[in-house]
Amino acid sequence: MAKREYAFYPGCSSQKGASSSNLMTSVRTMCEELDIQLNEIPDWNCCAASIGYAGGGELPRLTLSARNIALSEKHHAGQDLVATCAACWLSTREAAERLEEDAGLMAEANQALAEADLALKNQTPIKHMVEVLIEDIGYEEMGAKVKKPLAGIKIASYVGCQTNRPFGIVGESFENPVYLDKMIDTLGGESIPGYEKKVQCCGGALAFSEPEKSQEMVKGIIEAAYDHGADMIATPCPVCQMNVEVYQPDINATYGTKFNMPVVYYSNLMAVAYGRNAKDAALDGQIIRAKKLDELAAK
Amino acid sequence: MIENYRNSFLKEVEANVEEGEWVKMCMQCGVCSGSCPLGKFWDHPPQELFMMIRAGQRDQVLGSDSMWMCTSCYNCIVRCPRELPITHIMHGLAHYAKRQGLVPANQPTAKFAQKFWDNLMTKGRVNEFKLGLSLYFMNGFGEGIKVAMKNQKLGMNMLKAKRMNPKEIMGGHTVEDLSGFQQAIKKATELEDARIAQPGG
Repeated sequence: MAKREYAFYPGCSSQKGASSSNLMTSVRTMCEELDIQLNEIPDWNCCAASIGYAGGGELPRLTLSARNIALSEKHHAGQDLVATCAACWLSTREAAERLEEDAGLMAEANQALAEADLALKNQTPIKHMVEVLIEDIGYEEMGAKVKKPLAGIKIASYVGCQTNRPFGIVGESFENPVYLDKMIDTLGGESIPGYEKKVQCCGGALAFSEPEKSQEMVKGIIEAAYDHGADMIATPCPVCQMNVEVYQPDINATYGTKFNMPVVYYSNLMAVAYGRNAKDAALDGQIIRAKKLDELAAK
Repeated sequence: MIENYRNSFLKEVEANVEEGEWVKMCMQCGVCSGSCPLGKFWDHPPQELFMMIRAGQRDQVLGSDSMWMCTSCYNCIVRCPRELPITHIMHGLAHYAKRQGLVPANQPTAKFAQKFWDNLMTKGRVNEFKLGLSLYFMNGFGEGIKVAMKNQKLGMNMLKAKRMNPKEIMGGHTVEDLSGFQQAIKKATELEDARIAQPGG
């Protein structure tokens, strides 16, 4: 019997064969080690992320999240809803708050949900996985499970935007959050508290529609990591991970740089530190291999 | 008394744009404009858009491509001294411009954002493979082939890391209660359309 149970909203990009399936694999491994049971919300749908607004108006977008929360309340009553994706978490929590504040929208959302025989109570706390780790598990317990400290691995913590704003983690600053640094230190790694690009935007969905503008920002994020002597960048966000990792060849072609900087998830770090192998830690999901993690996992 | 200061476009925004009722609260400090990661590309940063709305410049505001360059980083929201939900207002203005048919031709994010919505509505979940393809080809077939060729290596990398699945072209991930899902969103759309169609909001 797991110690902690949550209703789980994995999100589109976490599915098999999707762009952050490696996040999913490593999160599942991490949760095994931390005795966390994730109960997937049956039949969840896309949250529309932060780019659905051209086609979807306010109410249709709120209804997307309302359906997920309603399904969670129906099938996993009483459990906090947890998301691993920054956009999923943000959209769901934003919807919950706006529907709480606006009785008119809430009534309309429920009118729409009735078409699918669902009803929203909207009494479910919406959490990011990082909140579960910090608030429910705590640094001490995270540290107690470490079997292979990330000794000598220098890691730039790239928190990004949507895990940090507008909600963020309670007690952390929007401008200089330190929880990811603390997690890295807890795992025995070497954090870089002065990494100045930790909350710089990567372009988000505009990496697809405005690649040049986005890549210019990503260049700065990687450059600063090199300046600090980082071995890799770690992030909690699927969009950050993808944008900062996969376009490095394009950035090199445009700017004449020679970037080859691994970008991993906190969950990759935790799975390795907890003694799991490269496959369980999803290190095979890296396009730029995190050699130091590969080596440690193989020991 | 405030009625004296509210022109018809400001009223239109308040009635029809998501979080539009906040526009009149802007105190023109410019922190949002200085905080925007793509601000240097915006013809009219948020502070300016808010002033233009209050000056009644309907076509200039709704025809601008500025708000389509919002990356949803939420810097402006957390820094605004008056706590305006600026990111949401930008999304709201973009959506309302789309509704009014005033989006500048070939605005890339407007096209991508619409494709994203259409993609997720088809199966209830985003089909990344089809979304990627539609993105490559959004500027026509010839351009699409060029973009696809340019991104061939990226695709191979994603494939190798099992973070892309060409089999998704056959259908891909889906919600099971697809008809219930689509009915609910259709209903939500109808309710919103009816509200916005009311003259004078």
